[in-house]
Amino acid sequence: MKRLFTLLQRELSVFYYSPIAYIVLFLFLILNGLSFWFAIALLNRAPSENTVVQVFFNSAFFWISYLLVFPVITMRSFAEEFKLGTIETLMTAPVRDWEVVASKFMAAMLFYLSLWLPSLFYFLIFGWLGNRSAIGSAAQVWAPYLLLLVMGTFNVALGCLASAMTSDQIVAAMISLMLTIGFFFVTLINYVVNSSSPILREMTAYVAQLDHMDSFSRGVVDSRVFVFYPSMAFLLLFITYQIFQYRRWKV
Amino acid sequence: MIKVEQLTKRYPGVVAIQDLSFEVDKGEIVGFLGPNGAGKSTTMRILSSFVPPTFGRAYIAGHDVFRDSLKARRHLGYLPESVPLYGDMRVNEYLRYRGSLKGLSGKKLQNRADAVKELCGLKEIEHKLIASLSKGYRQRVGLAEALIHEPDLLILDEPTIGLDPNQIRHVRELIKSLGKRHTILLSTHILSEVEVTCSRVIIIHRGKIEASDTPENLVGRIRTSGTIRVEATTGSDDPVEVLERIDGVKSVVANQEDGWHRCLIRVEANSDLREDIFRLAVERRWKIRELTQERATLEDVFVELTHTDN
Repeated sequence: MKRLFTLLQRELSVFYYSPIAYIVLFLFLILNGLSFWFAIALLNRAPSENTVVQVFFNSAFFWISYLLVFPVITMRSFAEEFKLGTIETLMTAPVRDWEVVASKFMAAMLFYLSLWLPSLFYFLIFGWLGNRSAIGSAAQVWAPYLLLLVMGTFNVALGCLASAMTSDQIVAAMISLMLTIGFFFVTLINYVVNSSSPILREMTAYVAQLDHMDSFSRGVVDSRVFVFYPSMAFLLLFITYQIFQYRRWKV
Repeated sequence: MIKVEQLTKRYPGVVAIQDLSFEVDKGEIVGFLGPNGAGKSTTMRILSSFVPPTFGRAYIAGHDVFRDSLKARRHLGYLPESVPLYGDMRVNEYLRYRGSLKGLSGKKLQNRADAVKELCGLKEIEHKLIASLSKGYRQRVGLAEALIHEPDLLILDEPTIGLDPNQIRHVRELIKSLGKRHTILLSTHILSEVEVTCSRVIIIHRGKIEASDTPENLVGRIRTSGTIRVEATTGSDDPVEVLERIDGVKSVVANQEDGWHRCLIRVEANSDLREDIFRLAVERRWKIRELTQERATLEDVFVELTHTDN
């Protein structure tokens, strides 16, 4: 356990001691700020039964920033170790392979969470300054963040998988982007495949991230996502672990 | 400390090492010698649990490097040839990080970090970013990191490659002093270094061990072992005839220049016939201008054992 903590500390320091982290954070907050501003502007025009939380978390701004942040966070994690050759000193120390994979995943997760936490303040301040009903019930505020946490495990795991597949960060970023966006648009299969059977429709609806956020931002906490995303994340991390071992042994 | 049995590593299309078997006992400093591509780095990578063997077994301190890898790694300090370091960390940070990974903590970690910094001469640069260090310093950081948990065994892959003569000397002294407390397996091209630091040499060529012996024995074994150079005026004598009569002389080749004969005398290994030659010269009233003994070097051994007939 202590080794895992040491590895995690090192991985986090790589994030936070590099200027990249702060540039990403800065740009991310700008995007969030703009998104929030537009959400309020939209609601100012006419009365609506949507709360600002709903508008914020279902806007294009949100989804674009959500999907694009994962390749950026995760592309470096494994690929750089292979590229630099530091994998050799890392794996000849008495550390277990799974500890390395877990520490990189956890560091990326923590960084990802630190990206979203500031936006929580928008809603809390808004609720405090303005009309409480505009942000809806309490559940409406923390439910989307809960979903962000859970979906985040899945997408970060996807990014880690992409990074472990290659030594080139750009390739890792591209693979991660493809997988992330591909999964997000999985419901489009229904429009592509001619025989849109109800089973396919239901299956894709089950995993559609858009629908999940839609219900969570209304305060409806669907427990199915708590099984789906973490279990998928675990599967992806397991595959990452296998690929990591495979690449190491091939060297 | 190290036991290797029939170690084989095959990559698609090429056999890196084949049926390697050797042992390194506690306290030895063994030099792994071989041309590029001989399989030295591969063997070291297998020993450090970085790469698994295709066949065969290797043991470090009794632990199988493949099946008991974690335990084996705890006894080992490994410095790869490329000395991969995290450029974004400072020397201090890096040493503490690696020490922590190897199981040190608290006061012990701090003490060990200070000790290896002192040993490797890193005190002045302990706050510098690793990315800004020269090759010599990077090598020293790598060595310090390998030493930090006081391993029984050190495996160093080309520890002096790319260093300037001063740095090489420093590292050589360091290795010699470390040899008193640790077992060391190092690989190198620099043969003079092996002669000076190693108690035993293993010569590896094309994945197979060609020889394994002390440097002196190896040098003694090869054909071109001893040569004496004599430059003398011999009056009416034929130097070749006269010199060949001396006990222990294998062959003589002579050139004449300006009345002086330059002779190359091949002698038995480990014999010094200069006194005999001098006495002979005095007897026959020769004038000697040069009398030197050239000993074969490890390089001669190396070339003889590993030359490829291209």
